[in-house]
Amino acid sequence: MLCNDRILLDDWHVVADLDHLSKGGIEKTVLFEQPITVTRSDTGVIACSDTTGPLPCQVKYGFVWICPGTPGRDIVHIPEAFDEDRYVISGGSFGVQVSGLRVVENFLDMGHFPFVHAGWLGEEPHTEVRPYQVEVTRDDEILATECYFHQPVASPTAKGGIEVQYTYRVYRSYSVALYKTNPLFDDRMDYIVLFIQPVGPEKCVVHSMLCYMKREMTRARLRWFMQLIFAQDKPILENQIPRRLPLDPRAETPIRADKAAIVYRRWLREHNVHYGATVA
Amino acid sequence: MLHSLYQQWFPIASSTDLVPRHVYQAQLLGREFAVWRADDGYVNVWENRCLHRGVRLSIGINDGRELKCQYHGWRYTNRTAGCTYIPAHPADAPARTICNNTYPAQEAHGLIWAGEEANGPLPDLGAHANGIVLRPIPVHAPAEMVETTLQSYDQDILFFVQPCDSDHCIIRGIAKPNDDRTVLLRQHSFALGELRDQVEAHAALVEAPARYKPVIARVAEDFIDIPTLTKEGRTADLPVTITAKDIIAKGIARLRLEPLKCALPTFQPGAHVDVHLQNGLVRQYSLTNGPGETDHYTIGVKLEPDSRGGSSTIHALNLGDNLAISVPRNNFPLRRDAVETILIAGGIGMTPLLSMARALNVQGLPFAFHYFVQSDAHIAFRQEIGTFADAATIHKGLSPEDTSTKLSEILAEPGPARHVYICGPGPMLDTAREIAGRTGWSDTQIHFEYFKNNTQRNTSGSFKIELARSAMTLTVPEGTSILNVLHENGINMSSSCELGACGTCRCTVIAGEIDHQDVYLTDSEKAAGNAMMTCVSRARSDRLILDI
Repeated sequence: MLCNDRILLDDWHVVADLDHLSKGGIEKTVLFEQPITVTRSDTGVIACSDTTGPLPCQVKYGFVWICPGTPGRDIVHIPEAFDEDRYVISGGSFGVQVSGLRVVENFLDMGHFPFVHAGWLGEEPHTEVRPYQVEVTRDDEILATECYFHQPVASPTAKGGIEVQYTYRVYRSYSVALYKTNPLFDDRMDYIVLFIQPVGPEKCVVHSMLCYMKREMTRARLRWFMQLIFAQDKPILENQIPRRLPLDPRAETPIRADKAAIVYRRWLREHNVHYGATVA
Repeated sequence: MLHSLYQQWFPIASSTDLVPRHVYQAQLLGREFAVWRADDGYVNVWENRCLHRGVRLSIGINDGRELKCQYHGWRYTNRTAGCTYIPAHPADAPARTICNNTYPAQEAHGLIWAGEEANGPLPDLGAHANGIVLRPIPVHAPAEMVETTLQSYDQDILFFVQPCDSDHCIIRGIAKPNDDRTVLLRQHSFALGELRDQVEAHAALVEAPARYKPVIARVAEDFIDIPTLTKEGRTADLPVTITAKDIIAKGIARLRLEPLKCALPTFQPGAHVDVHLQNGLVRQYSLTNGPGETDHYTIGVKLEPDSRGGSSTIHALNLGDNLAISVPRNNFPLRRDAVETILIAGGIGMTPLLSMARALNVQGLPFAFHYFVQSDAHIAFRQEIGTFADAATIHKGLSPEDTSTKLSEILAEPGPARHVYICGPGPMLDTAREIAGRTGWSDTQIHFEYFKNNTQRNTSGSFKIELARSAMTLTVPEGTSILNVLHENGINMSSSCELGACGTCRCTVIAGEIDHQDVYLTDSEKAAGNAMMTCVSRARSDRLILDI
């Protein structure tokens, strides 16, 4: 199934991490099952094409973006990426054999912390997901607020367990972000954004942008932490049946803790996003 | 074609694949199964996905009694596949409708047999019965092609081909009982390996058939907006028979109840059933079972000296007598997110706490089990308590004053992640409640279960109830309960003790002032004024608006 969702085709998608492209190099990748070629000239100019010819492309946040259709809107604006006191780095690009929509849902989920990230982002018996707020904003983003969870090692700079506050934000179908408490600051939060590249309906590459406060942090520690956490999620994600996200409300059994996911699925239905989903 | 395959039994695993505490992944006609053996020997064949988010249960944890999903820790119990615990919401008892899909299964001749809708007897194995099970040989070729090739296999082996999907299958063979087991296994392993190469080479030349598309069943619709109009009230859905009865302590009978027809439904620690007696009386008894003990229910019944025909009737029952019971209800759910759980039992009030302690013990969660009894002769369920080792303390023959002192010791240190569960005689509960309040325990950390409601009830005064969702207004006359009025008007409201003790007939109140006469709700819940027990509580105002 090729993608027919206008909302996705007329949007921008990350297809490469700029750091992975050497000057004069070529990278081959896939977006919506279409082969894409990304080239970086000797002078550093980026160009992208599919089998029919050149595609609109941009470089932003350290990633190469393309639009397979007619751009209907610009790349999401993320002010946190321009803060002087943050590292803004790529946490890596991970291939996952599951719909990117399932990855978004996993990212929005606190209930799995004590089981999938045991000893890091949660630990038994502290498993309760307390009520939190979810809304669709005037900018048509999903915002989940007042999310709290006790975490043994919330960040590479954490010294012991802390009560972490999260704010989740779904920008677009395949772009999701979270703010979380930085153990060293009362008023500044770390920010993680996932740009998910839908390779196919059941396959994606997860590109992450980490906007972390610099204090007591190093780039290497930060990447290490992100990769540790992501490596714990990947085998769970790849064992979900079906691999596509079911949009039928009765396909799976949501609970109150899944409020953000419930709103996300409804929002996908309302926006007629079918790619990577199974529709009732 | 597919339909007839659905009716058949196929071997899907060797018995030896189901080693203790393992979850085996099998596939039949395109559907994946999670296959696991519980410590009681029962073989579970379930759809290989958690109902919550579809994660394979074959990567879950088999603790011998329950299967725990790796993603969010949901627990599904042996035999019924019902969900017993959802860690994200520790205070809630999961709805009975959350139950995984199970498939017919049996174990025979060293193989596990299953089918989508298999029924009828297993194939007759004749002289191969209880023979030697050969090493299973997976083959990348359609089952029919493999079956055809096997016809020329020139040895006396009974073959079954398990169609995993349309394009691959597993050869499972049984040889007649033979002394030279090892030689025989080696010989056939080699010969069938050669046969596999030959069939796969042939299959590679033809186009593979389309894969089967197993239908993933939709989950049950959990609630309906408007309650249906039926006269239900207290129902006895399950016929059971008494398969064991013994006196385990002074005046305490233990009864083992096994189902007469279908399997017993899932229960959770703290749950009780209504037992309907031949004389028309209905009594509530807590289940004492441990996790995964799903082929029977065990209850403990104390002979009350002033029995009105309940406990004395039960004590007079014999082996083989039949009873009708309700499905289990859980108004005393156990949280499993506590750093320590304190269980305080008085006399026969130990029964729900026993089930809780057994669950905590199996899961390795820290708990203390305090059991107050009159004397050594009154200690029930000694064997089960023995498994708790140091976690159990028995307090014998304490006076009311000494009991109060002991309770003050036990409840001395309230902590944010400590929870207390108390069940026992009214005066002991009142004392514990008073001490807990004084020591600074919050209502959300102290959980009570009363046997009965000793408060003097007042049924005077008539008032109106407005049923918001049913769009009805009814009058509750003097001397009649809200519950009775609901039932008389065909409104389905489940109930159990009808004494304001069990919590089954709890109802949300939208507006109006409530005259609480129950012992189930906590003081803060009563003060909040948005819930009531319809069996005993009434209105102070002239009308109540109920969320029914």
